[in-house]
Parts: sequence; structure tokens; C-alpha cells
Amino acid sequence: MNAVLAVIALVTVASAAVALSRRNLLHSILILAGSWAGVAVFYFWAGSQFLAFAQVLVYLGAISMAALFAVLLTRHSRDDVAGASSHQRAVYAILTGIAVAAVLLAAVARTPLTVRPSAPPPLSVRELGYTLMGSHAAALLVVGVLLTVALIGAVVLAAGDPPDPKEGEP
Amino acid sequence: MSAAAHTDSFLERAPLLARDFITGRLPEPARWTANTLITIALLLAAFGLLFAFLTLAERKILGRVQNRPGPNRTGWFGLLQPFADGVKMLTKEDLVPRASDQVLHYLAPVALLSLSIITFAVIPYGRHMVPVDLDAGVLYFFAAGSATELSIFMAGWASHNKYALLAAMRALAQLISYELPLLLSVVPVVLAAGTLSTSGIVDAQHGWAWGVVPRWNVFTPWGAAGFAIFFVSSLAESNRSPFDLPEAESELIAGHLTEYSGFKYALFFMAEYFGMCALSGMGVTLFLGGWRSPLAALEFIPSYGWFTLKLLALLGCFIWIRATLPRLRIDQLTRLAWKFLVPLALVNLGMAAFWALSAGWAGPLQLARWAVALAIVAVPFLLLGRRLSRGVAPRTYRYA
Amino acid sequence: MLGIGLLQGLAVTARNFLGSFHGRSRYVTTEYPEERTQLPEAYRNFPFLVTESPEDPMGTLRCVACQICEKECPPQCIYIVKSRDKKPDATGKMQLYPAVFDIDTAVCMSCQICVEVCPFDAIKMDQVFEIAATDRFSGLLLNRNTLAKPNSYFHSLHPTDAAEVDGRLAAARKAAEEKARAAAAAKAAAAAKPQTPAAQSAQAPKPSPPAA
Repeated sequence: MNAVLAVIALVTVASAAVALSRRNLLHSILILAGSWAGVAVFYFWAGSQFLAFAQVLVYLGAISMAALFAVLLTRHSRDDVAGASSHQRAVYAILTGIAVAAVLLAAVARTPLTVRPSAPPPLSVRELGYTLMGSHAAALLVVGVLLTVALIGAVVLAAGDPPDPKEGEP
Repeated sequence: MSAAAHTDSFLERAPLLARDFITGRLPEPARWTANTLITIALLLAAFGLLFAFLTLAERKILGRVQNRPGPNRTGWFGLLQPFADGVKMLTKEDLVPRASDQVLHYLAPVALLSLSIITFAVIPYGRHMVPVDLDAGVLYFFAAGSATELSIFMAGWASHNKYALLAAMRALAQLISYELPLLLSVVPVVLAAGTLSTSGIVDAQHGWAWGVVPRWNVFTPWGAAGFAIFFVSSLAESNRSPFDLPEAESELIAGHLTEYSGFKYALFFMAEYFGMCALSGMGVTLFLGGWRSPLAALEFIPSYGWFTLKLLALLGCFIWIRATLPRLRIDQLTRLAWKFLVPLALVNLGMAAFWALSAGWAGPLQLARWAVALAIVAVPFLLLGRRLSRGVAPRTYRYA
Repeated sequence: MLGIGLLQGLAVTARNFLGSFHGRSRYVTTEYPEERTQLPEAYRNFPFLVTESPEDPMGTLRCVACQICEKECPPQCIYIVKSRDKKPDATGKMQLYPAVFDIDTAVCMSCQICVEVCPFDAIKMDQVFEIAATDRFSGLLLNRNTLAKPNSYFHSLHPTDAAEVDGRLAAARKAAEEKARAAAAAKAAAAAKPQTPAAQSAQAPKPSPPAA
């Protein structure tokens, strides 16, 4: 069990680390997709199939696409995709990384995580559905409204200006 | 695959008996592995052969529709044609542009094919023949399907060819646009069956209404509309005519496949055909009753036989539509997805909810139920269709 | 109704598909080379030389090496060398014959001008198109042996034309025979008349009258 978790964790964290170190932004995104896949495998190993497949569907199927489109549409040339590096940046990055890691490790170490050998609760999709629509219905509705507003906003942004009625007519 | 019930006919149990015979001769710890490996090998062999003969069937059927025979020189009726094509693909020179991203260029067909193949794992091929019976099987299928889009982008980007990149973007736009109606048309099925598991969905389609009409989802109003939307969306998801803009010969050379030759090109087409077969298999499972026989008298044909017949019928429809319809432009097809199919799929979902809530209506109210349900989807269909095709159809031709 | 056009289109293709299994109207392929289409009579592709009898092709060529076709051929693909001696033709007259008659079918454009200008109906259009050769130059250069084909072959290719030509040649032959017989009869009649002094003086050598 622990060996599997170690492998999953290694793959996830390693691909994230490699993604951060790449100079080519698109390579970074594609390697980060590997990290997201690692997270999905973790969810599957932990017993939640629904969450694993939703992770794949949302992250690998949609968010990766959004990130790629964002990079491609905002960069002018292929060379622009790679970022410039410098020694100072590396130093600051390492310092920040150490600080964040220290905070996270302290938080994890302070929390009492007693591991009891017990069977995982049955988390079928049906239970998930009842919980979402029952006790968490309000959150679901709020998220739905948020997504709708975001979609409408995206459509409005993408639609652009209405065509000038003066041009185009003979 | 699970254990067979002893009440089934011999034909029904025959594959399982064969598998048990083979795994029974192995020691206990290796049985599960052997079982899995046999399943994988069988799936790959079956769908590989289906892919090969599907290419031939497509060429022959397209030829017959166009008043000519298809390939009929290689072997009887051209039956060796797929193998000749395979040899051709294998022996072609594999050109990789020097400026391309070598790793991504290599990985794109691999990723595409592997993600397409893993979708076969949740389709119930027979009464006791689901390779992996997942609780969230439908979600797994569509998740794996949507992950294939990333590899199309990889193919277009890695080619270092601006036309390939543009075409990959267009292909991506098409695939993302049609995911929405695809998933929305499946939601009523899940609603009615109460489970995301594919074998559960087939189980929910048992029995016959009025003794004659099988209770398949396609024979309900929301199922018929849902099946139509699912069918159109799966045509688009597998890049088939009339949505084959990404790979059409007259469009941007070969789209995102421009810089691929030889076996990698064959892998892309294999992935496309596998996607087609998987989506057809899922359509059979969700809407056409899976492995169920339409008449009780015909149940002597084993369940995997019925599944195969229905799958071949759907694939024949794919080919029939390719032979008939002209290709859609990118703006036409995205408009079709967003302005026509998505609203209709949402309306269909509402109608399925009405159907589920009015399940208690009996007697003459049944007719009212059908009428209301059909009206709920038919009126927006006509109105939207009229609105969207205003000024476009019908075409009047003025001759000089 | 919306969508009817699509269904009608599907019906059309289905009818084509099913109809292609029975009936020629929806299956127009002739599987060459097992089946061949019937070529129309006026189809032409490369010329050939007509011979009267198949047993002695070189001896009964209608061609008299007048070289009109050689001069009229637009791409100049005919090469003729006249013979030194003469031999009798179908009507018995002594005619020259072609010692060498080459047509370069790589150059020939099947325009039929040689056929139109030949006064002896000696060269006619063939219908061969399966004469692919492995050598670009000599493989397609046909000499008089390969070009000579009997009149029966001409009949099989162009029945109406051959019938017309044969009729014309037979009529010309008959007319020549009639004239020869009439001239012989006139000569015999003149020889059989009694010798009067006026006739004797008329029989004295005097410039021969113009030929009839």
C-alpha cells in the first residue's frame, strides 16, 4: 500500500517539479498534465472513482486545453514561449520554495493524523449524488451560478464589438 | 468478466468456459493476471480485426453507393486489402521534420491510441462480459475520451508547421464543442437508470413494453432525441464525415496529421476508428439496450452476438452518412454544436425529468405523456432550426 | 419539416447501394481486363495497311508507295521507301510497292489524314491500344509486317466502311474489265472488216488516236 502511494506521490511531485523547471511553456503545461494525471491516480487509489474520473475529465480534458490556448494566443512567436532565466531569480525561487515547504511541513507535522486500519466508507456515485443534492445543495447551486456567470462573461468577451452598420452595405 | 449463471445457454457461456479452462490450469495467484491479460489480448485482437475490416467495408460500401465496386483485386472481394494497406504503411519512410519537437511528435500518436483503447474497458459486450465493471463507468469512458484531445494538440504543435497548428486548433475547437452535447445527451440515460455503471444501465433496459416493444432507451421520447444528439456528437467526436474537417484532403493539407507518415499516420487512423467503435459501443449500451435481444423469441442468439450486430449496424450508419453528406465548415459545425445541439440537449434533459416525474400516469394519460414529451423537444427543434437556417435554406438557383 | 432533406439524401444513397447489386444502371464499372467495353465503329487509334489475302500479305498490299500519306502526315511519322521493281495489283496493272513502310506510333496522333488522302484505300485506322512496349523508340516503331492486316480484319473493325470500299473497288475493277473487253472487241471488229482501198489507206500507219 505505502509503496503504491509513494510511487504515485513521486510521479505527481516529480512531474510538477520538472514542469516548473522547463523553459518552454508548452512543455511545462504538458508535463504538468502528467502531474494532474498523478493526482487522478491518487484519487482512484484512495477509493473515489468518481473524483478520479472527474479530475481527468476536467483537468486533462479541459483545463490543459485552456492553458494551452492561453499560451498560444498570447505569445507572438515560438521563441517567446521560453522564458528568460537569471541567477537572482533562482536564488529567490529557492528561498520562497523553502519558506512554503517549511510552512506546509509544519502544518502537516502538527496535525494528529492517526492511521486506523479501517475499511474506507462506501463512496458510490449514488451516495455522492445524494450528499451533493441534499446537504450541499446550496454550495452546488452557488457554484452553478458562478460557472454560468463565467460562461456568459466569456461569451461576451469573445463576441467582440457588434459590426459597424455603416460598412459592408453597398 | 464475472462468473456465468448456469441457466444461460451453452453459446452464452462458451467464451467464459473457454477462459475458465485456460485460467484453471494456472496456479491460483496468477489467475487474476491471466484473466486480465486474456481480456486485453482478446479486446485488442477483436477490435484490431474490426478496424481492419471496417476500413475495407467502408471502401466497398462507399464504392457501391458511388456505382463502382470498392477494392476487389487483392484477394476475393478485396479481403486482403487491409493487410496490403498495413504492409504499405509499415514500409513507408517515417519522415520527421528536423525542426519539430521530436519527443512530442513521437508521443502524440502513442498517447492518442492508448487513451482511445482504454475506453473499451467499460463497455459490456455480453451478459457477463464487461472487462472492468466500474461504478462510474460512463464517466470513465468520457474522461478517457476527452483526454485524447490533448494529443491532437501535441500532434499539431510538435509538427512545427503553422498549418498543422491551425488545423489542430480547429480540431480541438470541434472536439471541445461537441463534448457538451455528447455528455448532456447521456445524462438522461443516467437519470433513468439511476447509476453510472454501464452494466447497470443495460440491466435497467430489460423487459418489453406492451409485450412487443423492448424497453430500450431509444424507444422513449427522451431516448430517441438523446440518441439522435448522441449520434451526431459522436460523428463529430471521432472526426467523421460530415465533421471531418481536421483530416479532409482538401483542408489544410492533412490538418494536424500533415507531418506524419508511415506507421504513425496509421496509428492516428487506428485511433480514429477505435474512437468510432468505442462511441458506437457506448451508444449501443446507453440507448439500444446493449446486449439485449429485441424479441424474446430471438434470445437463442447469444448476447455478444446481439451486441456485435447492433455495433455493426451503427458503424454501417456511420459509413452511410459519410457516403451521403457534404462536409461542414468549421464555423458551421461549431454553430451547430453551440446554438442547436446544446439547447436541444438541455431541453431533452428537462423532458427526461418530466418523463421520470410522470411515470405514474397510466391509461389514456400515457398518450398525453408521450404527446407532451415529444412536443417539449419537437417545438424547440423546429423553431431553432428555422431560426438558424433563415436566409440559408431553401436555396433558390437563378440561372443566367 | 426540418431535416427531411437529410433523410431524402440518405434514401438516395441507400437506393444506389442496393441497386448496385442488380442491374447495370447503378453499377457502371467494366472490370478491365476481364471485361472490355464494345468500342464504337468510328473509334480509331493508329493506322494499319490493308492486304487482300492473308496468305501472302506482302504480295497483296493495296499500297503502291505513292507517298501521299507520308507527305500529308502532320507529325511526319510515316516513312516509306519505294521498291525498285513492279508487281501486278488487284486489277492486273503493274504497280510499285513499299519496300519499307514504318509508322512510329509514339508520334502518330491518330488524326486519320493518311486514311483520308489515300487514293487506293490502302491504309485504314486500326483500334489497337494495348501495344505498350518496354523500349521507348524501337518498341513502338511498327514496320510493314506488323502493319499489314487482311481485309477480313478491316471488315471486322469497320463493317460499313469496308463494305463501301469493297463495293467501290469491285465496281472499279468491273469497269476496268468492261473497258478492256470493249477495247479488245473493238480491235477484233476492226481486224475482221474486209480490206477496201479506203480502209487500207485508213489502216496505213498514222498517229494513234487518243486513248479511249
